[in-house]
Amino acid sequence: MLRIEHIYWLIGAFLLVAAGMNARSRRWTTAAFWAVLAAPFLFGEMILRANEAGLRWPAQAMGIGVIALGVLAARCGLRMHEESAADRPRRVVSAQRLGNRLFVPALAIPFFTVVLVFGAKYLRWNTTTLIDLSQLTLISLGLACVLALLVALRTTRAPFVESMREGRRLLDALGWAALLPMILATLGSVFAATGVGDAIATIVGAVIPADSRFACLVAFAFGMVAFTIIMGNAFAAFPVMMAGVGLPLLVLQHHANPAALGAIGMLTGYCGTLLTPMAANFNIVPAVLLELPDQYGVIRAQWPTALILLAVNFLLMWAVLFRA
Amino acid sequence: MSALNAWPLLGVAVVVAGFALRRNPVLVVVVAGLVSGVASGMGVGDLLALLGTSFVSNRNLLLFVLTLPVIGLLEHYGLRERAQAWIAGFRRLSLSRLLISYLGLRQLLSMLGLIDIAGHAQTVRPLIAPMSESAAERDTPIYEPTRMRVRAMAAATDNIGRFFGEDVFLAFGAVLLIQGFYERQGIPLEPFAIALWALPTAIAAFAIHAVRLWWFQRRVERAQREVAAQPARGVADAAH
Repeated sequence: MLRIEHIYWLIGAFLLVAAGMNARSRRWTTAAFWAVLAAPFLFGEMILRANEAGLRWPAQAMGIGVIALGVLAARCGLRMHEESAADRPRRVVSAQRLGNRLFVPALAIPFFTVVLVFGAKYLRWNTTTLIDLSQLTLISLGLACVLALLVALRTTRAPFVESMREGRRLLDALGWAALLPMILATLGSVFAATGVGDAIATIVGAVIPADSRFACLVAFAFGMVAFTIIMGNAFAAFPVMMAGVGLPLLVLQHHANPAALGAIGMLTGYCGTLLTPMAANFNIVPAVLLELPDQYGVIRAQWPTALILLAVNFLLMWAVLFRA
Repeated sequence: MSALNAWPLLGVAVVVAGFALRRNPVLVVVVAGLVSGVASGMGVGDLLALLGTSFVSNRNLLLFVLTLPVIGLLEHYGLRERAQAWIAGFRRLSLSRLLISYLGLRQLLSMLGLIDIAGHAQTVRPLIAPMSESAAERDTPIYEPTRMRVRAMAAATDNIGRFFGEDVFLAFGAVLLIQGFYERQGIPLEPFAIALWALPTAIAAFAIHAVRLWWFQRRVERAQREVAAQPARGVADAAH
């Protein structure tokens, strides 16, 4: 049976390939970064099993690895991959030759994911399903990427090595930013385990009437926007507000629908992203790129949409979260 | 209240200060985790094990890495150039229709996971901003502040299309961050269920911004008429 662990091995292998390519071009910091990051994918299950059985050094070594990733991330800056001018004519010619067929492998990823999610029940060998149904979506997505890669290799008639080289180019361009969602989710777990969530919940409970759903929802939505504006990143605000207000007060005490709270809550944070110069990539960089005289020009253009959408999100949460 | 240990909140303070001071986010997050652990009175061994197991448990968030060889290969063979040629086909549309079409297209592509196929450097600067300007001044020339507002609106439209499309894509960090958070707290959810709840907001974002774009075009036209009626003022403004 195909399990999520097999997909993780693929990710680990790809990260090792990227590390090897960087080592060959003597970019040691980046090489070390991807090599350390390969560890949770190659040995993840072993680490968790050993920890449950009371053997703690693998988990502790991984903890040291996380600290190393933080230090390495601070040392390897983000590099934009330069689009070499000499290369552009070749891509234009290739784009004309392949035309809309170029979209097919890209669209194959969501297509195969959906097909596998709905078809996996019927993929059986005797009585067992070929795919572990408990992690169905993630395994389907991983498999869809592999299938889409085969389609892409066929469409472009490129050798496999080229896909690794180009994948590594994108990975290097993302750099530590690729790690951000994962490391923020880790922080969410650590905050929950060290009592940060409880402390925030207690303080919020002392300030607002925690018995009131409405007051809790206001605190959650306002907190998501405020933290996002300060930090410039809704992902960073999410674990703090979920651990402090979302989970203990809204989900556990007032029985809010967790999926809707998570999704719409995150999008409420995004309204804050539209309002803050701290989200420089989206709000300041384009003002420079477009040579606007006012560096807040883009924020000025988008704040009305952000505020109206914030109100819509709030009403939407109020309408759907507490339906039985 | 008396039993509350407020010291772990220092971790939150580290996150806020670190992001606000623009230090490397990964380092900030690692330090914040360590600070809240130490402040809660945890031993070094426990803290390292907690950090390690939490990290491993959230590794599903890097699943999108598997899309990179596919997208990278396609880009090498001209995926972006193809998308640009496609967008250039919108050339004959009016300002509001051009930007509304782009908004819808950007949202749809993001929902399918094609998030970085467009963007400020990829499409807004080379295509959408100049096309918006020429759509705005098709009949009468526009004066400089209006031109800048048109450009800014093109960039804003890209942001809104991207943000309120990507959350519907399963492999996107936000969906898996939400799923992972709940799973760690003992609430298993299907990523599909979360992505589905991002749809109403995506539709609302499209509707709100489309109405604003339509309104924006009327304001641009009014400003042009005023400039045409008082040419002296327009010249004076341009001189400043």
